[in-house]
Amino acid sequence: MNTSTVYISHWCSIEAGEIKRNGEILFSKESEEIELNDLLKAYYREKNISYPKFFKMDTLSKLAFIGSEVLLENIELEKPNLDVGLVLSNSNSSLESDKNHCESISDKDNFYPSPAVFVYTLANICLAEISIRHTLQGENAFFISEKFDAETMWNYTQYMFETNRVNRVICGWVDYLDGGYKLVFYLVEKQGNKQHTIEELQNIFN
Amino acid sequence: MKKVYINKANCFSPLGFGINDTWNAISKGDSGIRKIEKLGEIEDFCAGIFKENIIEETFAHLNLDSNTYTRLEKLALITLNPIVEKGLISSRTALVIATTKGNIQELEKGNLNGASISLLASKITTHFGFKNQPIIICNACVSGLMAVATAKRLIQMNQFEDAFVLALDEITPFVVSGFSSFQAMSKEVCKPFDKSRTGINLGEAAAAVYVSKEIKNKDSFEILGEASIADANHISGPSRTGEGLYLSIQSALREAEISSQNIDVVSAHGTATLYNDEMEAIAFDRSGLAEKPVHSLKAYFGHTLGAAGLLELIVLMESLKNNKTIISKGFEELGVSIPLNITTSIIEQDLKIGLKTASGFGGSNTALLIKKVLENEY
Repeated sequence: MNTSTVYISHWCSIEAGEIKRNGEILFSKESEEIELNDLLKAYYREKNISYPKFFKMDTLSKLAFIGSEVLLENIELEKPNLDVGLVLSNSNSSLESDKNHCESISDKDNFYPSPAVFVYTLANICLAEISIRHTLQGENAFFISEKFDAETMWNYTQYMFETNRVNRVICGWVDYLDGGYKLVFYLVEKQGNKQHTIEELQNIFN
Repeated sequence: MKKVYINKANCFSPLGFGINDTWNAISKGDSGIRKIEKLGEIEDFCAGIFKENIIEETFAHLNLDSNTYTRLEKLALITLNPIVEKGLISSRTALVIATTKGNIQELEKGNLNGASISLLASKITTHFGFKNQPIIICNACVSGLMAVATAKRLIQMNQFEDAFVLALDEITPFVVSGFSSFQAMSKEVCKPFDKSRTGINLGEAAAAVYVSKEIKNKDSFEILGEASIADANHISGPSRTGEGLYLSIQSALREAEISSQNIDVVSAHGTATLYNDEMEAIAFDRSGLAEKPVHSLKAYFGHTLGAAGLLELIVLMESLKNNKTIISKGFEELGVSIPLNITTSIIEQDLKIGLKTASGFGGSNTALLIKKVLENEY
């Protein structure tokens, strides 16, 4: 098959109290013990991001949102944008918000299910938050896999380039459960330093 | 890119087990939706819930240990079993699973690990002896349809030679209480696109197809085109202009290299909520589909969430195969701002190309076009 050559132009990670972009530490909190919510809020404030919806999001969406802010820093995207794809994945789906919703319905004397919580009990909502932020009206999909599935992510992304559905794709992994978290996002486009290969994806992820 | 075909299918819904039972029930106008007195803390609503014990009874035919599998896993095995032949699973065969909530019942029992969707997928993989890690789509209510599109794409990329696609979700106090908090649930059988509609009925089902590069039988369907494009508008409400659905339909038509005029019949998402139905009417009209026969299947088995797109695609395949349109149950008087040709009687005519659409939370949309394989192609 004639495979389009595309590149990983930027990548970022949020893990163990550190926010990195293209391999360099952009932001960190001295204590690795910092809770994810606090780390994300600290970054939001330091960067003077003005997006009040951020505070309504569940933690998974906050994580994905900040991940996209880091990845797309200094990158101008047209609004609306029909040519940017968005493909995310994780292992624990929306289990953290699932737990919260579950708690709200577990006791019949204290029964308080809320639409604001329930809507986050879908893994793809964190993807929707990014698409709303940047008005990305391109292809999108949310995958679940026990571990980061570099091969499927690569093929799905390449497919979109080869069928001319996109000129950029935001890809990655965003996982949060019980205080444990990991985010790795990368931007695939027609120019860049790293070639988009399964091996590079594994390198970036690890 | 290489063409990809749907060769085999099966489904299990409150309407019945297997495609024949499902199709016959729909042809007779039956509904699997019934009154539910109480589920969890929610009382008095209508939903497409399996009759008690029917899953257990059907599962018993598989001669497996009943205690090893959850209710949803049993539903998965029962549904996939008839189309998985020994020898069809190679090292290049994928299993693609679509679900919104998987074994969320386990979380309600306090078993967090048991609610893991990857664990559910892994149990199905092991049971059938699939040789690759499962691909799992969790994209709200478009999941089932997106899973077929994903299988097609990964086959076209040569990651796999063929794929089994399974879409499933069940009704639990978890989802019922959630949808109820949105005030969106109907106390009667739903009426998609109708003026006096009263909201959605939830449903539960499993549906499965076998997809490959080859035409395997004369009842195969070609996947002509597909796309999944988001509204980027609101996390829980659809776009007022139907933007994402419109763009998805356009992109699917582009891939198929056909115009909307070539479409014979449209299977809408049609949840019978005001916002969804209106959004779809606008998107169909913008796509030049306002005069095409459109139906929603939600009044037959409810909104089966992650299973909906695939279950309804399978029913659409039957409609094309039989050259008969499907009555859009529950519809009497137009309740959207744009006139659509909602089907109110079975019309027998030559049907070749069908469009299936789905939309869901997160502003997600999927459009998928299928075409009946002609006898000389097989």
